[in-house]
Amino acid sequence: MSFTVSIQTEDFDISKEIACLRAYDSSVGAVCSFVGTVREREQHIAGSEISSLELEHYPSMTERSIEKIMQSARERFKINAARIVHRVGLLQPMDQIVLVAVTSPHRGESFKACEFLMDYLKTEAPFWKKELTAGGARWVDARVSDDDAAARWRSES
Amino acid sequence: MRVNVLYFASIRESIGVSAEVLQTQAQNVEQLRDELINRGGIYAEVLSPNKVLKTALNQEMCTPQSPLSEGCELAFFPPVTGG
Repeated sequence: MSFTVSIQTEDFDISKEIACLRAYDSSVGAVCSFVGTVREREQHIAGSEISSLELEHYPSMTERSIEKIMQSARERFKINAARIVHRVGLLQPMDQIVLVAVTSPHRGESFKACEFLMDYLKTEAPFWKKELTAGGARWVDARVSDDDAAARWRSES
Repeated sequence: MRVNVLYFASIRESIGVSAEVLQTQAQNVEQLRDELINRGGIYAEVLSPNKVLKTALNQEMCTPQSPLSEGCELAFFPPVTGG
């Protein structure tokens, strides 16, 4: 049973991460994972195609806040293990940004826990994205829909 | 008391510093924010009550009423956008 977080500049290998997560645990019957990637902006906004994305974070708080989110997930769902990897620094379109992977005996709990972890990570973990385009740099605005997604779990509890 | 103040992302960029140590009489987060706003200029603009910003005290999300303590770390930052 492992619940681990890594914040890193390097890319991650999802196959290796999942292999580690379910190693030696024969009670696992389901693995659910989510990978977030850097996407290009809508092409109709001329000159706004992302040339790269810079991710800043609050080092002493980041891991702690994600561990707290994992603890809530453990209390809420019957899951065996979870792994979160979040990249920081300079990223390019199509790069992987974040991995959330969860194991459990049955699929329902993994599916739910994976979405729960991702929804809370989006609203609680101190990361900030800055888009670097040909037209200049701009900080990405937080989305109300992300707050709504996290709030949904609160109303279900 | 002494408070370590940190700024992140757009707030850090606007103010032009990432950290400062403050000697303050402020008892809670809101009072310290007001003290910074009273400096005027970019502080008043960026930390204005109209601006949606988040605060963390000793690396945990906090509220305006959270009490400060000697040597604590208080961070100001915009809503998070990771993932």
